[in-house]
Amino acid sequence: MNKDVTYVVLADDDEDDRLFFTEAFDELKITTQVETYEDGVALMKALNCEDASIPNILFLDLNMPKKSGLECLKEIKKSKRFQDMAVAIYSTSASEEDIENTFVNGANIYIKKPSDFNTLKRILSDVVTINWQYHTSGLNRDNFLLRL
Amino acid sequence: MKIFVKFDFTRICNKVIEDTLHSLGIGYTIPSFGEIEIDDKASSESIKQLNERFAHYGIDIIENQKIILVQRLKDAIVDMVFNEESQVNVKSSVYLSEKLGHSYGYLSNLFSEVTYTSIENFIILQKIEYTKSLIAKTDLSLTEIAFKLNYSSVAHLSTQFKNTTGITPTAFQRIIAKRRELANNPTN
Repeated sequence: MNKDVTYVVLADDDEDDRLFFTEAFDELKITTQVETYEDGVALMKALNCEDASIPNILFLDLNMPKKSGLECLKEIKKSKRFQDMAVAIYSTSASEEDIENTFVNGANIYIKKPSDFNTLKRILSDVVTINWQYHTSGLNRDNFLLRL
Repeated sequence: MKIFVKFDFTRICNKVIEDTLHSLGIGYTIPSFGEIEIDDKASSESIKQLNERFAHYGIDIIENQKIILVQRLKDAIVDMVFNEESQVNVKSSVYLSEKLGHSYGYLSNLFSEVTYTSIENFIILQKIEYTKSLIAKTDLSLTEIAFKLNYSSVAHLSTQFKNTTGITPTAFQRIIAKRRELANNPTN
């Protein structure tokens, strides 16, 4: 994987959300490669494939059929293979309890899905830029917590 | 007498690169043509020499000067934030431009171009990172941390923390504590 490209993966069962997400990344200054999956099972199958590249940032919707975002998160945090990957929760829920619970379980970023496209672009740009600093400046990922 | 030769350009170029690096004692690998991976331990002095010798053969290190300068800038900022003895009484813009020998305007533009963020934001990010590590690893109160990092007040640090990370220092502390608890009792 080219070091200058940020590899981004999203798992979300809503087709419109997936489309907005991909389009927002197309318009950012930082070069990204985006891939999407429609549920947690498909995502984990792809990630666990041995020769798969590890994403720089994984975005997880919390409410998905078959396997929820939280279940994926817990599975991911158990594996050493994904220790350098930032995990962002991308959800419509903004309950304080949900948010803190995902952070405690190892999420790095919590994003409440915005209602308009421009806000989404700004948020994703912030996430990728900050992740880039962690990636290129050797910051401690254990302390990487961001809420937008 | 006239002799004729034919060239294997790839081999010649790689041989020049290998010999030059070897003579300077720099560890390296060549992943692909036109790309050299240099040992991280190589000093900036030997990189400078490498540049000069490469120039003699018409080899230019692309962009490297810029990236090296940005790296030095980052190192200077980290040192400024994390090392109390390096804390200075002049404005950081004056400090950085004196230390690196370039105008602040030049440094500032270059930094944004390479890192996608501004020097000011990077300094704030580093200060917040330092705050996080102090919260996570020491028993210092936020007041003590604010003093240590030269903030005018706890409120200022608190606000900057919240603006940068989206969470309050207290919430950060609670999350880190709960994570540790979870790591110790993984059954929950």
